[in-house]
Amino acid sequence: MIDIRIQSSDFNFSKEIKNFQNNKINGAVVCFLGSVRDLKSEEGLEKLEIEYYPKMAEKVLEETARKAFKEWNLSQCLIIHRFGKLDVNEPIVLIITQTKHRKDAFRANEFIIDFLKINAPFWKKEHTNKKSYWVEQNKKDLDIKI
Amino acid sequence: MKIIFFAKIREIIGKEEENIAFPENVRTVNDMLSFLKEYNKIYYNVFENYDFLIACDEELVDMDYNISKTKEIAIFPPVTGG
Repeated sequence: MIDIRIQSSDFNFSKEIKNFQNNKINGAVVCFLGSVRDLKSEEGLEKLEIEYYPKMAEKVLEETARKAFKEWNLSQCLIIHRFGKLDVNEPIVLIITQTKHRKDAFRANEFIIDFLKINAPFWKKEHTNKKSYWVEQNKKDLDIKI
Repeated sequence: MKIIFFAKIREIIGKEEENIAFPENVRTVNDMLSFLKEYNKIYYNVFENYDFLIACDEELVDMDYNISKTKEIAIFPPVTGG
């Protein structure tokens, strides 16, 4: 089962993991949680704003999950990505992968976040107490072999 | 043709979308960019000075992609999600 959600509201990651654990399908569950970081602390990050291209973002997340499903034989996969204005430490993205064996669950999870970083149409804008900046793409993400 | 913009590109262009009837000789993404650069100097500035990606009907495409059957073109900066 593939579950894709793009939402402005917060999510409860422990409840989401519990759902995977409770379904009694496979034993290996890997979770990646990405949160808002304050890398401009001298200016004080007040909000992180996330803009996205709705139709394309849904399509890319769905295709990414489907690729991972096929390649690593997943039994379940959840991707949640948020948009809107978020505070420091709020969660942005959650990826949970479930397989029979742990290595496949880890590899599938890593593939999804790496692929999403360079293909899914989301953009971050940092609002500090001085000004606002669009976050530039991290060129290192482009070098990752996926 | 409907062209939509996102993030920094949307802010520089100053609008979310624009409908433009391209002449017949505009066949590829590259042709479209050349046309837009002459059409308006804001486009010239964006395409000359900023990194951008093009999606045709929600698929990322290269510069030689044929846009004749495309309904919606999106122009946006390199993505920074996750």
